[in-house]
Amino acid sequence: MIGVGKIKQYSNVLDKPLSKGKQEVSLSAFAFLFSELVQYNQTQVDNIAELERRLEDAGYAVGARVLELLCHREKGNRRETRLLGILSFVHSTVWKVLFGKVADSLEKGTEHEDEYMISEKELLVNRFISIPKDMGTFNCGAFVAGIVRGVLDSAGFPAVVTAHFVPVEGQQRPRTTILIKFAEEVLRREARLG
Amino acid sequence: MAAIYSLYIINKSGGLIFYKDYGSAGRMDTNDSLRVASLWHSMHAISQQLSPTTGCSGIELLEADTFDLHCFQSLTGTKFFVVCEPGTHHMESLLKYIYELYTDYVLKNPFYEMEMPIRCELFDINLSQAVQKDRVALLGR
Repeated sequence: MIGVGKIKQYSNVLDKPLSKGKQEVSLSAFAFLFSELVQYNQTQVDNIAELERRLEDAGYAVGARVLELLCHREKGNRRETRLLGILSFVHSTVWKVLFGKVADSLEKGTEHEDEYMISEKELLVNRFISIPKDMGTFNCGAFVAGIVRGVLDSAGFPAVVTAHFVPVEGQQRPRTTILIKFAEEVLRREARLG
Repeated sequence: MAAIYSLYIINKSGGLIFYKDYGSAGRMDTNDSLRVASLWHSMHAISQQLSPTTGCSGIELLEADTFDLHCFQSLTGTKFFVVCEPGTHHMESLLKYIYELYTDYVLKNPFYEMEMPIRCELFDINLSQAVQKDRVALLGR
């Protein structure tokens, strides 16, 4: 048989390494699809908080799936069990797979022990989106917040995740901060583990 | 002295959906700009019909004593035109670039309604960057 010895033959499909998948998709295609997602959800709601919640729910399903896939592909079927481990997993591994780069920064909240922030100068989903003035502080990053919540929740770190615009000095555009507030039980467990 | 006097975008039925004034010469009030937009829309359509060549897509350049008017029509009928100083170069590429910005920051924005006036912050920011003079020179290279 041609190629024997060069390409390893796997008798069992489960022994095959999981393919890396296609690394790039068209940004335009994504932008139009995301735009339609937002427009559709807008027709289904009557206030902004509800729209934010629906986008977050859409992201949640993505996050749960991404965790499953990445644990298998990148981590040999193991997942992070420590707080900082899972946060840096989201900040680097998840971000790289979804957006092609690691997130700009990961910080611990200064006021509360249970808060962490992932900041992004220009979030990919917001690249082409201008929020009308009458929508106030609404941020389409709610979708990404949902993804983060999906990953954390499925990994056993229940948290409340929200997206906010934060003005940056000397910059015309605000950056987007994903605020993660972990549930009490997560911090208790973390303290017990030492 | 500004090379570009003003920029217009009109939708396929001739309604003005974007207008921006640059420089001090030839400043117009809202009514005048609306009038210019719908006038241009009709003239463009008539020119298409009157043209002796077949498959004419309408006026691309109008040269007057005091200004030049460059027009670009997209496939969907949206027209972009700039009024500028006579003899200004690289306006075709600038219009194409503005069209690109329109497709990115207006059409991909979920809060924009088709055929309605454009109110998109990102479009404004990128547009003013594009219109800066050095940018025009850069596009021509």
